[in-house]
Amino acid sequence: MFSQFGSALKHGARSFSTAAKSDVSSNTKKIVNAAVAATGLTAAFILYQDSQTAQAMTAAEHGLHPPEFNWSHNGMFDTFDHASIRRGFQVYREVCAACHSLDRIAWRNLVGVSHTNSEAKAMAEEFEYDDEPDDEGNPKKRPGKLADYIPGPYANEQAARAANQGALPPDLSLIVKARHGAADYIFALLTGYPDEPPAGVTLPVGANYNPYFPGGSIAMGRVLFDDLVEYEDGTPATTSQMAKDVSTFLNWTSEPEHDERKRLGAKALIVVTALYFVSVYVKKFKWTTIKHRKIVYHPPKK
Amino acid sequence: MYTQIYNLIFKRNSTFVATVFASTFLFQVGLDETVTSWYEARNKGKLWSDLKPKILAGFESEEDDE
Repeated sequence: MFSQFGSALKHGARSFSTAAKSDVSSNTKKIVNAAVAATGLTAAFILYQDSQTAQAMTAAEHGLHPPEFNWSHNGMFDTFDHASIRRGFQVYREVCAACHSLDRIAWRNLVGVSHTNSEAKAMAEEFEYDDEPDDEGNPKKRPGKLADYIPGPYANEQAARAANQGALPPDLSLIVKARHGAADYIFALLTGYPDEPPAGVTLPVGANYNPYFPGGSIAMGRVLFDDLVEYEDGTPATTSQMAKDVSTFLNWTSEPEHDERKRLGAKALIVVTALYFVSVYVKKFKWTTIKHRKIVYHPPKK
Repeated sequence: MYTQIYNLIFKRNSTFVATVFASTFLFQVGLDETVTSWYEARNKGKLWSDLKPKILAGFESEEDDE
């Protein structure tokens, strides 16, 4: 098939070259060359002009890409650092929870991950939740249970916006999955506030500059300062330590199945690898008669 | 030996299927135990099982270290 195609090409080329000699005049050649040159130069000029200005879709527009940090849960079979999750929850409770909700995490989710059963119960009981109405239909309140979800700081979105000059603090339950760069981004954002915005940057009233935030202008100010919280395990509460712990905690809230997933992944890899070699053996076994047969042709004798 | 195994396991479908089910169960338990112990040894120090005794002890030992 390919040899046919090749000979057809050769034939075509030959016929074209013989035709070109007689039909294509030197004037036509000049016109074609001029048109090619004009197209090329125009394209180059347009590209150059386009490169002189950059307004939208620039690095500033997308936000600075965060560096990749060496998280202790980065590896294929590495679990979360649960002591870090516990410290991160403390940072969330004492700092982030003032503005950010954590709607998808219930108190029971913390049990066996960062807190003991009795600790989680005690924390839940600090909050009041709606109970069933009493016999006269009056609304009642009850202390929280393990099955209750962690309450947010605001009753609804409007209240959150009103308290934050129109900006809505996002729910943090899935924030690590919802942002490019994941935990790297959260850490870089929390530790990336410069003292002064760079020259030439004008910010809206009440906004702060952060190069990692797309657009650079973020409503949240810098919140983490050294020794803002006091860790019960004696870890020094530096800004970066708190940012690392809260990023790990938020990574856990986004992927609570993480540790179990990696454990099952190891099991699955072992089983699937074994099955692969079994399938190779079975294929060879089934094909062996076909692969080893010999077809002999005896031409008829005249 | 082979005859014994054949007579015991492969001869009847009932014993053969029972052997398959039993060995599957045992293999699953064994694999799970092996992988889990390897996984927990690999991540030692980061797990909840490492954190819990410290919480129950009120982090006293760790503060003494520092």
